[in-house]
Amino acid sequence: MYKEELYTLEGIYRDTFKINGYRFGHGDNSACIVGSLRGNEYQQTYICSQLIRELRKLEEHGQIAGNKSILVIPCLNQYAMNIDRRFWPLDDSDINRKFPGHIAGDTTQQIAANIMDIIKGYSYGIQLTSFYMPGKFVPHVRMMETGFQNPSLANLFGLPFVVIRKPKPMDTTTLNYNWQMSGTSAFSIYTNCSDYIDDVSAKQAVASILRFLTRMGIIKYNNHSGYIAEVINEDDMTPILSGAAGFYKRLCDPGQTVYRGDVIGEIIDTSSGDVIKQVISPTEGMIFFAYAAPTVMEDAVVYKVIRRLHE
Amino acid sequence: MIQEIVSLQMPVEERLVVRKNRLEPEHTDKDTKRISIVTGTHGDELNGQYVCYKLIETINQHPEYLNGIVDVYPSINPLGIDTGCRGIPMNDLDMNRVFPGTDSGAMAEHIAYKLTQDIIGSDMCVDVHSSNIFIKEVPQVRLSPENYDKLLPYARLMNSDIIWALSSSVYLESSLANCLNMFGVPSLVVEMGAGSRITREYARQTLGGIFRLMKELGIWSGPVDEVKDPIIANPGEVSAIHACRSGLFILEDAQIGVNITKGFKIGKIVSPLTGEVLEDIIAQDDGFLLTLREHPVVYKGAIMARICKNHTAGEDNGKGGASYV
Repeated sequence: MYKEELYTLEGIYRDTFKINGYRFGHGDNSACIVGSLRGNEYQQTYICSQLIRELRKLEEHGQIAGNKSILVIPCLNQYAMNIDRRFWPLDDSDINRKFPGHIAGDTTQQIAANIMDIIKGYSYGIQLTSFYMPGKFVPHVRMMETGFQNPSLANLFGLPFVVIRKPKPMDTTTLNYNWQMSGTSAFSIYTNCSDYIDDVSAKQAVASILRFLTRMGIIKYNNHSGYIAEVINEDDMTPILSGAAGFYKRLCDPGQTVYRGDVIGEIIDTSSGDVIKQVISPTEGMIFFAYAAPTVMEDAVVYKVIRRLHE
Repeated sequence: MIQEIVSLQMPVEERLVVRKNRLEPEHTDKDTKRISIVTGTHGDELNGQYVCYKLIETINQHPEYLNGIVDVYPSINPLGIDTGCRGIPMNDLDMNRVFPGTDSGAMAEHIAYKLTQDIIGSDMCVDVHSSNIFIKEVPQVRLSPENYDKLLPYARLMNSDIIWALSSSVYLESSLANCLNMFGVPSLVVEMGAGSRITREYARQTLGGIFRLMKELGIWSGPVDEVKDPIIANPGEVSAIHACRSGLFILEDAQIGVNITKGFKIGKIVSPLTGEVLEDIIAQDDGFLLTLREHPVVYKGAIMARICKNHTAGEDNGKGGASYV
């Protein structure tokens, strides 16, 4: 393993901003794994750190395939993470909405462009990322439907689900979308959380990446073959809305099967303590996303359910 | 008449409400023209608030001139404006990156959907912005490449200093104006001033343009001011000067809205720790200075200025255009 300084930006009142990469093996640019682009993606950086630990051991035992190299970039926004901010601290811009970047553009566009330049030649790109709504997911691999997506490859991670998202205009400036458009087979991995560390799902993510790298012939490793993934289109999921505002009590977890008419959440009046609304499942299926925050607004999405799917 | 476009209960004793004020003549029918004026997308952009106030005040003073419907949406991100936060305070999401939204999405997408549906059917929309706290802009209309030919005649009426035809690479697909244009509502994006303040001169200038546009559409029959002949900047004619060093920006004797010549010193980036000048910010071209850095703390890459090359203010009509040479 060797540590590489991929990008630096001169600080003014802070230490130099650095993006470091950790490279394993030699030869073709085979796989690149990108961790947090946002400062609150602690879980994503943690997963990268655990992956680096495993890859280092594998390299020491000669288990990186010949003429293959792997680059892991744990954190692309240390300035935000170090001060508990989600976006670029000075102007609140989201680096994951700046791709493919602009080499002569503003600060975050330059960061995106410089990173894109380094990572675009890789055969496989894996981004660990987060959702903007507070909540928990069933671990899954997500791909944009760009015309270049390959769900069969996504299946090789051995995670329970592969989700295909039809890109909306807001997605066209993300890393995943632009990575795919540049010719890399790009995948986003969602574990069940972002802004805290969950060791169980982190281990699952590390195992899924190692499984994928093994199956693509990049490392030599023996691990469990994982799941045969269910491939679903994001638009086919049923959103369930809160229907009222107040304290929110989530009664079900991602991965759980629910039936039509089940009470799956409660909204509690913030003054009287009365349950003012029960969240009722309108369908039978498996919970894919579950909102998780102490309070909820009226008509917020509190669950996404994969219809007619059971554990 | 004040109408609620979106009303969502918040957890503790408060509703999030997006309102519009509909001003209309006594008699309307299916042929009555409608214009929508939208602002307050970004909570740190305040010039649009003044524009809305003056627009409604003027119409209320002279209802006899109103022949069409004027829908005014002063704050489509009310929590952002109220808290001085550019995005949506709970998640920092940029409200102008979620259009057209979805009825069953998160709050921002839900508001975007309801707003888009409410505006559809308008004959014209003007989306008023005020840059941000980092850079200051002359009043300008920005046009997307897809809608340039269709929108240019309307943009010329907006009393702006410059009409900037964007290249597709810098155009925002998920913005309100882009989505409305896709849904068949001609929509203009106006930028002016800087964030977190009101520049009344620019707001009045834009207001003059809105009345001129309303007159053209047959919505307003009252007297209107003569509008400026704007510079028409084609893609590639606007060049940005970016900081090559991080440091503290000190502005020299420069201001926006004037013609400058190549070599003109706009400012310098200095180090408050060492006392060194790290970089001089120098104009690379002759042209019209339309953008200038406002916030002194800059990182490498920050936009320091934009110049419209090979154009000068007042070139078409001989009006305006003080020069620094």
